Amino acid sequence: MDFRFTEEQELLRSAFADFAKEEIAPYAAKWDEEDYVPMGIVPKLGEMGIMGVFVPEEYGGAGLGHVERCMALEEVARYSAGLAMMVFTHHLGVAAILDYGTEEQKQKWLPGMCDGSCVCGLAVTEPGGGSDVAGLKTEAVLDGDTWTINGRKCFITNSHCAGVTVVTCKSGEDEKGRAIMTTIAIEKGTEGFAPGREENKLGLKGSFTGELVMNDVKVPVENTVGEIGKGMPITMKELGEVGRASMSAIELGILRGCLEDAVKFAKERILYGKPISKLQAIQFKIADIRCDYEAARLMTYNAAAMKDAGKVGAEFSMAKYFISEAAVRAARNLSEIMGGYGVVNEYAAGRYLRDAICCLPSCGTSEIQKMIIAGETLKKW
Amino acid sequence: MVILVLVKPVPDPEKYNEIQIDPQTKRILRQDAAAVLDPASKCALEEALRIKSEVEAASGDARCEVIALSMAPQTNRDKILECLAMGADAGYLLSDPAFGGADTYATSYVLAEGAKAILAAEELDAFDLIIAGNESADGATSHVPVQVAEWLGLPHLARVCELQIQREGAEGQEGAGGTPVIAATKKTEEMLLTFRCEEPALVAVTRDINKPRHISAMGIVKARKKPLTIWTNDDLKLDEAKIGAAGSPTKAGELMTPDLSRGGRDLTEEDGSAADAAKAILALLRKEGLGA
Ligand SMILES: Cc1cc2nc3c(=O)[nH]c(=O)nc-3n(C[C@H](O)[C@H](O)[C@H](O)COP(=O)(O)OP(=O)(O)OC[C@H]3O[C@@H](n4cnc5c(N)ncnc54)[C@H](O)[C@@H]3O)c2cc1C
Repeated sequence: MDFRFTEEQELLRSAFADFAKEEIAPYAAKWDEEDYVPMGIVPKLGEMGIMGVFVPEEYGGAGLGHVERCMALEEVARYSAGLAMMVFTHHLGVAAILDYGTEEQKQKWLPGMCDGSCVCGLAVTEPGGGSDVAGLKTEAVLDGDTWTINGRKCFITNSHCAGVTVVTCKSGEDEKGRAIMTTIAIEKGTEGFAPGREENKLGLKGSFTGELVMNDVKVPVENTVGEIGKGMPITMKELGEVGRASMSAIELGILRGCLEDAVKFAKERILYGKPISKLQAIQFKIADIRCDYEAARLMTYNAAAMKDAGKVGAEFSMAKYFISEAAVRAARNLSEIMGGYGVVNEYAAGRYLRDAICCLPSCGTSEIQKMIIAGETLKKW
Repeated sequence: MVILVLVKPVPDPEKYNEIQIDPQTKRILRQDAAAVLDPASKCALEEALRIKSEVEAASGDARCEVIALSMAPQTNRDKILECLAMGADAGYLLSDPAFGGADTYATSYVLAEGAKAILAAEELDAFDLIIAGNESADGATSHVPVQVAEWLGLPHLARVCELQIQREGAEGQEGAGGTPVIAATKKTEEMLLTFRCEEPALVAVTRDINKPRHISAMGIVKARKKPLTIWTNDDLKLDEAKIGAAGSPTKAGELMTPDLSRGGRDLTEEDGSAADAAKAILALLRKEGLGA
């Protein structure tokens, strides 16, 4: 067993890290403070290969895998978890098109999605409750070769900037009255389709989260992503695998920020004539953050490697559950190590904590993850 | 056109506090130091890549090949890969324990011989241009580029902050038939001096010449298919007396850490009032020859 990255992956990481240090780190605090979505950086993310890192070269991507994709998310999230949210949700929509889309859809949309000229999104959650996916109400009715879509989505990342959004709709009911779902791609500017309210979030600022409103939106049947009626498994697979591995990578980035800032502060802050890093109570907090970080790293890249190998399992949920809780824990530990400075917005500790809390519900709350983990465990063990 | 770029791995400047120096040999223990591509080497490569894209954009079938060359331990293979990912077309690493412990003289000799071997291997007559970083972040001697040029009998210019390839008599007859001329500008304390010289030549560039591009995921994937050659002394067959520690006339003297601590003196205590303290400061400055 060898947990090392390859030489090529290490080079990729340092390339992403250099980019993040130069293009993200200096501005991240400002984006957070002003809740500013830095759309100007998106073409640069495209040039770096981050927008289409896992998309085959023939569609304009880098042709790498989900391990490399998670590396990109970790490095972006190290400085701006908000921006990483935009990138991850874009990946989520791209993955749906790549895995289930038609050749025409791939050729039409993927090149722009890779070069950063078109941001993608995936809209599932509705005001009626994100956890209850089967209960969603947005309705799509097929008449001839045209879908008519009505409904409202909420908490949708990239709601106000996506060029294409893959929307999970209810397209019918089976004989037992259960919803049949279909995923349909809707382009920005389609009549009747518009972003609604933009949420003012606690954290993860620097990414849009908001409503999408659909009023008699007419979409050609060619925009159906995957088979008609297969929307539920498609949505659950992308959210469950790409989504949860991504959220893990973003939270891992936050954890690394906590670790680096904790070590720096503890070494520099002098109390009783010596750095507080000499105090055992501080050392114990640093040990906790380090353990959380290392476990998170293994779980994230294990999940990503499973995705690359086409394996399925509750490991995606375990990673998302453990790491999202660990990130909150680490941010709190950091804040405490820093004393009063931990709550001053000049330092990043407060931002890490706000971002970590905002990561908790995304791609399924901790309760939902635990239900999945327990379900698999009780079946398998 | 073929451009050779000399690149060097150096200990990561962000981790200088971790650097160990062997007290006997007085050399950096490089095996332990996390290495990065020297920032000036990156500028040299960026300059070569910029020229490459200009040359290739100027005419559809013009080709400009950029070759990266380094002498370093084998663990630095990834630094050559980094050059390929940035856009170099081929990379060569000269790596042999026998090259170790070299001063700038022996290093430049190995690099010059490596350059000749590349010409033979690639079936080239000469490089049109050799670019190097003016000085590395670790040694900072600025010796190696000019020494390589001397070994190869090439004209050279150091501390270059602007570089252009011009075609002689370019007016009206762009490209065709014109002899390429290197126009290199260096900054002195008083002025900018521009030198013009026919190819081939070696220029050593300073870090303000450009901002090196980021390496992209696509660049890294492309690098997989590019040739990366590692040569040992079995390939180069250089005289052992001229390489490594044996070929190095430089002998390091004493190693010392200068005392940069600054002690303060509280003059108010000695002389009472602030006005007296001011007078005392003035007297001290005068004693040091400062102030009228
Ligand atoms: C920053 C951010 C970005 C997001 N981006 C997107 C996006 O791009 N696309 C998208 O579709 N969605 C997105 N979401 C929505 C996210 O997926 C939902 O918030 C999440 O699924 C939870 O749904 P909810 O908010 O409606 O909470 P609810 O489902 O109403 O849950 C409320 C509470 O009930 C608990 N609960 C629910 N069911 C159970 C159960 N069976 N057993 C025990 N407890 C339960 C939950 O754990 C939670 O504590 C985003 C959310 C956030 C915060």
